[in-house]
Amino acid sequence: MKQFEILGKKDTRSGFGEGLLELGRTNPNVVGLCADLTGSLKMDAFEKEFPERFFQIGIAEANMIGMAAGMTIGGKIPYTGTFANFSTGRVYDQIRQSVAYSQKNVKICASHAGLTLGEDGATHQILEDIGMMRMLPNMTVIVPADHNQTKQATIAIAEHNGPVYLRFGRPVVPIFVQPDAKFIIGKADVLTEGTDVTIIACGHLVWKSIEAAQELAAMGISAEVINMHTIKPLDEKAILDSVRKTKCVVTAEEHMLNGGLGEAVSQVLTRNFPAPQEYVGVNDSFGESGTPDELMVKYGLDTVNIVAAAKKVIERK
Amino acid sequence: MEIQQLNAIASQVRRDILRMVSGANSGHPGGSLGCADFLTVLYFEQMKHNPANFTMDAINEDVFFLSNGHISPVWYSVLARAGYFQAEELGTFRKLNGRLQGHPSVDKKVPGVRMASGSLGQGLSNALGTCQTKKLNNDPSIVYTLHGDGELQEGQIWEAALYAAAKKVDNIIATIDYNGRQIDGDTEDVISLGDLPGKWRAFGWEVLEMDGHNITEIVATLAKAKSMTGNGKPIVIIMKTEMGQGVDFMMGSHKWHGVAPNPEQLANALGQLEETLGDY
Repeated sequence: MKQFEILGKKDTRSGFGEGLLELGRTNPNVVGLCADLTGSLKMDAFEKEFPERFFQIGIAEANMIGMAAGMTIGGKIPYTGTFANFSTGRVYDQIRQSVAYSQKNVKICASHAGLTLGEDGATHQILEDIGMMRMLPNMTVIVPADHNQTKQATIAIAEHNGPVYLRFGRPVVPIFVQPDAKFIIGKADVLTEGTDVTIIACGHLVWKSIEAAQELAAMGISAEVINMHTIKPLDEKAILDSVRKTKCVVTAEEHMLNGGLGEAVSQVLTRNFPAPQEYVGVNDSFGESGTPDELMVKYGLDTVNIVAAAKKVIERK
Repeated sequence: MEIQQLNAIASQVRRDILRMVSGANSGHPGGSLGCADFLTVLYFEQMKHNPANFTMDAINEDVFFLSNGHISPVWYSVLARAGYFQAEELGTFRKLNGRLQGHPSVDKKVPGVRMASGSLGQGLSNALGTCQTKKLNNDPSIVYTLHGDGELQEGQIWEAALYAAAKKVDNIIATIDYNGRQIDGDTEDVISLGDLPGKWRAFGWEVLEMDGHNITEIVATLAKAKSMTGNGKPIVIIMKTEMGQGVDFMMGSHKWHGVAPNPEQLANALGQLEETLGDY
């Protein structure tokens, strides 16, 4: 199979920070809002270079989302930054009414999503945010796979006129997307071509899926790995083109099985091309304190789980 | 505009409210009637706006947010009478396939409406965002809001109140419809607001008070509020009103908050309000 070079290791949130800084230099309408987590979100470089376009809201996420919606009136493109839990669950109704229903050009940028937030534990480890956001009409949902792609997505969504939820994370992870790759909203990246099983993943699970495909190749199993960085609108063609070929699919995400990428994929398949599917994700459970790596192992989100799911789903064909 | 003309418009707006709510057999007449005088003065005397050419971005125009979206009838009527859309459309209020939703929406593209509202407590934050954008754009226009007094029980209002003073947002004039009533009864009994002017002052706002049914006083207070903008402090007007103002049997109680009059009650109510601009 195609080999992927690790280009370096960085956190995806730093990709957001770099993307926002670059946008600040190229798009005068971009403004940043943050709810007392400027350093964690890596928005400090933007704040330093563009203080007049940076708005410190304090620990008041509802006010931040409401203000961001209001700032679009007059042409600004607000990027809000806080942890994924406070970006969604805490402010669902503000997003629903002031952003999604009101069709406002707000970019909700969420860091520390999922289990890899780590030691802070379940209060902060939101695993339901993709579900909440993809249920909202008018909302685009993007979960980039690595640092480079997070930077590219951050820049790309400024050109999309409408609400966006951009989800990224805390830990340092391998970089494999080329720095000059073009990010296209709604267009999945087929990373490896394969014939036996399709693996569709988002976020931190994409690299683990590449690792899984390498292990499967060593066993003589040909896996097609798709980086589904846009959960909504979903690239149905990429899913169907691949599964028509492989006849089975594994989905992998750092999210609850309920409402996540796996459910979105299964909806496409049941309507168009029913096929066996196995799900790698968190099964109706809150997380807990621990290191990111420990948590990914304990909750079944590791490379070994993707390999096992692939072997199992092939058996079901 | 002459005070007499403003009074005449407000009378027609009250007729529109009653006929809309009756026509839909649902809606919120009480608070709508209570804010008819204020919104008439705001749109026909105070605000710098362009009804003939509505734009979402409102460059160099004043902007109004109705935070207590359930009193949409009074807003729709004032928007129509000010020229944002034809008054005939008021008859489609709350009806299927219409633009005039029960609570204001943006996706139906109603001219004059820039933000959905209905879930309470969000409008002040929305307004502060627009205030900041106007400052970035060097646009000297003013942003106005209206809130219910019951709505002040929502925590987000106080997040926004804190922000506005801390960040010296001085191009906002918020108004509170202080009628002392909410769905479950008198605000004093449901959950008292206590010393309301004192709370806003403690949050760092300039506080004005006015009688929301004295057009002369509304005109003067809004003019005074405008003169106070640009001085580093946000401004709030606590407006004393009567829910159901203008219709004797709707006043003095919370029970007309969200109930439509039946045909006999409608006829009685319309008999108390002069038709001045022609019913839609």
